[in-house]
Amino acid sequence: MKTLWISLKFLFFFTLLTGILYPLLITGIGLAFFPKQSGGSLLSKNGKYAGSVLIGQEFHDQRYFFSRPSAVSYNPLPSGASNYSVTSRDLAKLVHERQLEFTVGNGLDSLYSVPPDMLFASGSGLDPQISPSSAMLQLERVARVRQFSKEQRQKMIVLIGSLTESRQFICLGEPRINVLLLNLETDKIP
Amino acid sequence: MNALDISQVLMYLLLLILLTPVLGGYMHKVFSGERHFMLPVFGWLEKLTFRVTGTKPEQGMGWKSYTWSLLLFNLGGFVVLFLLQLTQNLLPLNPARLPAVSWHLALNTAVSFITNTNWQSYAGETTLSYLVQMTGLTVQNFLSAATGIAVMLALVRGIVGRSSLLGNFWADITRIILYVLLPLSVIFAVVLNAEGVIQNFSGPVTVSTLEGGKQVITMGPVASQEAIKQLGTNGGGYFNANSAHPFENPTPLTNFLEMLAILLIPAALTYTYGRMTGSLKQGYTLFTCMMVLFVAGLLVSLYAEYHMVSPAGKGLVMEGKELRFGTTGTVLWTVATTVASNGSVNGMIDSMSPLTGITAMFNIMLGEVIFGGVGSGMYGMLLFVFLTVFIAGLMVGRTPEYLGKKIEAFEVRMALAGILIPGFMILLFAAIASVSKPGLAGLNNAGPHGLSEILYAFSSAAGNNGSAFAGLNANTVFYNLALGFTMLFGRFGVIIPVMAIAGSMAVKKVTPLSVGTFRTDNLLFIILLTGVILIVGGLTFFPALSLGPLAEHILMHSAVTF
Repeated sequence: MKTLWISLKFLFFFTLLTGILYPLLITGIGLAFFPKQSGGSLLSKNGKYAGSVLIGQEFHDQRYFFSRPSAVSYNPLPSGASNYSVTSRDLAKLVHERQLEFTVGNGLDSLYSVPPDMLFASGSGLDPQISPSSAMLQLERVARVRQFSKEQRQKMIVLIGSLTESRQFICLGEPRINVLLLNLETDKIP
Repeated sequence: MNALDISQVLMYLLLLILLTPVLGGYMHKVFSGERHFMLPVFGWLEKLTFRVTGTKPEQGMGWKSYTWSLLLFNLGGFVVLFLLQLTQNLLPLNPARLPAVSWHLALNTAVSFITNTNWQSYAGETTLSYLVQMTGLTVQNFLSAATGIAVMLALVRGIVGRSSLLGNFWADITRIILYVLLPLSVIFAVVLNAEGVIQNFSGPVTVSTLEGGKQVITMGPVASQEAIKQLGTNGGGYFNANSAHPFENPTPLTNFLEMLAILLIPAALTYTYGRMTGSLKQGYTLFTCMMVLFVAGLLVSLYAEYHMVSPAGKGLVMEGKELRFGTTGTVLWTVATTVASNGSVNGMIDSMSPLTGITAMFNIMLGEVIFGGVGSGMYGMLLFVFLTVFIAGLMVGRTPEYLGKKIEAFEVRMALAGILIPGFMILLFAAIASVSKPGLAGLNNAGPHGLSEILYAFSSAAGNNGSAFAGLNANTVFYNLALGFTMLFGRFGVIIPVMAIAGSMAVKKVTPLSVGTFRTDNLLFIILLTGVILIVGGLTFFPALSLGPLAEHILMHSAVTF
């Protein structure tokens, strides 16, 4: 009985310390120094929230660059993946469809070797980025639908270059480009 | 794989090796009561804790009372976490107005978190309120990690000690939390927060997407939980997608640091062990054995992942992987998280190559001793050390000894119990699930991969790992209860034998070293120990693995689909 009583006291104490004070301390530090990051790196457009830099969005409109395929259609409630095994027939079917859609949609040969990030869905279903080569392959289509002039196309190429994030600390991660930011900036091209 | 990928791996290994003595030495000071630099910061809080709870930290406990305190403490944690989930709809900090959690899911999650497994039958963002995430999950992340280290401390004191007392459980967990887990978590959480991991209490935010649709962006106190989730080898995600979710792991840098945090404390504890036994070589022996097994698994997985055959032909498969981490950053994570009983994932193991799946599964099946969980990796490894010393003793015909104390029938029996109980649970329940209706109902993939999903789930539960072939729908009464049961046995079915060994070793006489003593700190011992671990794991699981992932590996290369 005595041990039980002591263990309850410790449980209460540690719940207070690690379950309440510790998260509050981190929240306080976050509010003071990193308010944007703490709040989810949200983006505003015309005074309204237009999304988060970190959370990808789905694009169907041909005027926009498309995001990676997603098992949850970029709905974060809840996040998730297909969890298909590599020997899954369903996955094979999906990959085949995506290959066709991407190549035909972007005026490529149907056997063109499409970057794997556009053929396979991400782990979170919310991956905000695509590879720079996937963006370049979509450029022609976006420019054509928007009826861009040669100059404006040149601006888009510069834009992709400037928005591309390289590996962090030289060797971490992969080069990538944020699709939402890219589309927002493309909209701004005069 | 290019030179940059290789340098990421090398940088990781190098940092791990360099940080091991730094943190390990500091932890030794904390655990042995020497002066250290955190005393002026938190010393007052330690004293206050002891005064409020009426603890006498210098009062040692025998193995039974140490174990008893530990069990009651964990039971209390279980009850609180269970009730919190059942009543979350009535409690504050639930802005998304989530309903109460079902009893079987609440049971599974409560067991999962007190056992340091952190298996996810739940989908955090749509199941649990902020209050449960903070005062339930985050708290148990600290407590179950501290429990693991406490058991290791008790065992080591039993091995090197001169009396039947193994230290004071309450003093141990207080010091572990105040001086090790909490300070590291605060620093790490702030770094994660700065890189973009969210930390707030606002409700979900609805945004209008660029194409005019609606998207609900989930919020919550994530950074504080993410830090201890990795440092305490817990691994239960705030979100369903775990560390693949951009709010848990937004950049390649956070990915690298989180990977480092997974193995940081388990690796450092080998050095602490060396200091506690008075021979750093003993610690480095275990470190080397772990490192060899870790790197071996890493090489197999990297090779497999870069040589896959998929519906898109030969080449990289990005299914279940996040672009920002890349293939190397995902594979390195997968191997680290499965050797370490952490279980967080940044890519979906279900969709990786069959050989990566085998490596992950085998890492867990070996008993989570390759670095392993905080504390639990060391005590699990010491069970294998006893077994190896015993086998070596049989081979040369001498009474086996470890650090001057005889290893006798009782210790070997207990060590075998601790080693075999998790394996028994894995095979028994995987067999039941793969021939029963409710077991098969949860499958997401057909063919041999289906068996892998079941086998992986029970391995993960028994090894207290928590990662998954996540296609398996485990949020059913059958899986929640079967996995919950397996997690309990996998945790306490090892802790109790370990504590019994600690108790019996503590009172043994120390025989001085002689030329006839079998050395446990040289290359020969490393080879023997590695061999014993691989043989025990291989003999137990090879048949099951060959029917699941091995079969799939062969079929993948002949482009068979299911």
